[in-house]
Amino acid sequence: MGLDKPYLDIPGTIIFDTDQASMGYHLNMFAMSLKDAENRRRFTADENAYLDEWPMTEEQKDAVRDRDFNRILALGGNIYFCAKIGATDGQNYVEIVSSMTENDAHAHKQMMIDGGRSPDGNRYLHEWADGDPAARKEREERG
Amino acid sequence: MARISASVYSSHVPLIGAAVDKGLTGDDYFKPLFDGYRAGREWAAENTPDVVILVFNDHANAFGLDIVPTFALGMSETFEPADEGWGSRPVPLVVGHPALAAHIAHSVIRADFDLTLVNNIPVDHGCTVPLSVMFDQPDTWPCKVIPLFINVVQYPIPSGRRCLELGKAIRQAVDSFDDDLDVQIWGTGGMSHQLQGQRAGLINQPWDHEFFERMINDPEDLATMEHVEYVREAGSEGIELVMWLVARGAMSDLAGGAAPTEVHRHYHVPASNTAVGQLILEDHS
Repeated sequence: MGLDKPYLDIPGTIIFDTDQASMGYHLNMFAMSLKDAENRRRFTADENAYLDEWPMTEEQKDAVRDRDFNRILALGGNIYFCAKIGATDGQNYVEIVSSMTENDAHAHKQMMIDGGRSPDGNRYLHEWADGDPAARKEREERG
Repeated sequence: MARISASVYSSHVPLIGAAVDKGLTGDDYFKPLFDGYRAGREWAAENTPDVVILVFNDHANAFGLDIVPTFALGMSETFEPADEGWGSRPVPLVVGHPALAAHIAHSVIRADFDLTLVNNIPVDHGCTVPLSVMFDQPDTWPCKVIPLFINVVQYPIPSGRRCLELGKAIRQAVDSFDDDLDVQIWGTGGMSHQLQGQRAGLINQPWDHEFFERMINDPEDLATMEHVEYVREAGSEGIELVMWLVARGAMSDLAGGAAPTEVHRHYHVPASNTAVGQLILEDHS
């Protein structure tokens, strides 16, 4: 019998539990290393060389290189650790966070000023049966 | 004798600290937020305690994944502000209270809470932003601070019930400290926000307002709320709100005393990706 994980039916959300932490240990410790200015400098100077110092999977390294934060989190990353990758790039939290959504940073900031994303329609996986917000937005834009 | 005179509840959004540090608090974006902080700052100036027990979570700055303590108490004489990736905040050194921290550790561990005791550890925005919210930009913080780190990052995290009970144990510890100290306990984090995934940006204002009411009037019932409800309703990072229950648990009404008095409440959306809340309760023991 597996562990009880009642949070798995919340859409667009990855809970950083012990399984995720186990998968993401090296990925997160790489990201945390960027809290030191000298490490930020070395990472920026030669990203691949810096990544190769960490025993991460190639998939994790690719996700970092692509700055694909949804993928980074799916592969065991935690947002507080991995936000330091964005910080190293000079991004703020709105820029990092919006990159995971259907909105660009400008639209995301405006959404927050307008009261944020409603929980209505966003509580359960089945409410996203016709696609996540990005897929729905793309359909709307196509008409 | 030492006594806990008040509890303060506060979001600790990094951008709030950045606004103070960069002198942006009068800008259109920040003005309504900081206008709402004025009454809390006036109260803090008139009611500056000797010590604040500051309950917050580390955000991958003090603890990595090498050691993940559920509850960690800061024992040192001083705590350096952390560089979180953007450079350290230009804020004063946080000065601890080793004697009271040692007393709390002794008392609370004997009350069956397995605290981890930490020295020589940096404090991040979770600790320094609430200080800026209440005290603005002094040359030195006007009180001592005992940091209490709660793990709300890696699940399983402590339940609301456990947090409330920890607050009760802290109150008992402070009550039995012989020195005459005015102590406040601050619970920080929240309110609704989600910083990750396709659902990022979630805010739930009606839920936040109800959380305030239940926090004030029925914390024992609120303490039974499951983590999944926080996450579903208030976003994945809204889970930080369980830390408010530590502060609430330290109010004397939960030990048979009178109900605390609400002296200030403030709510604003947004700061960055987050709904900001602030609440001050004065204790009557």
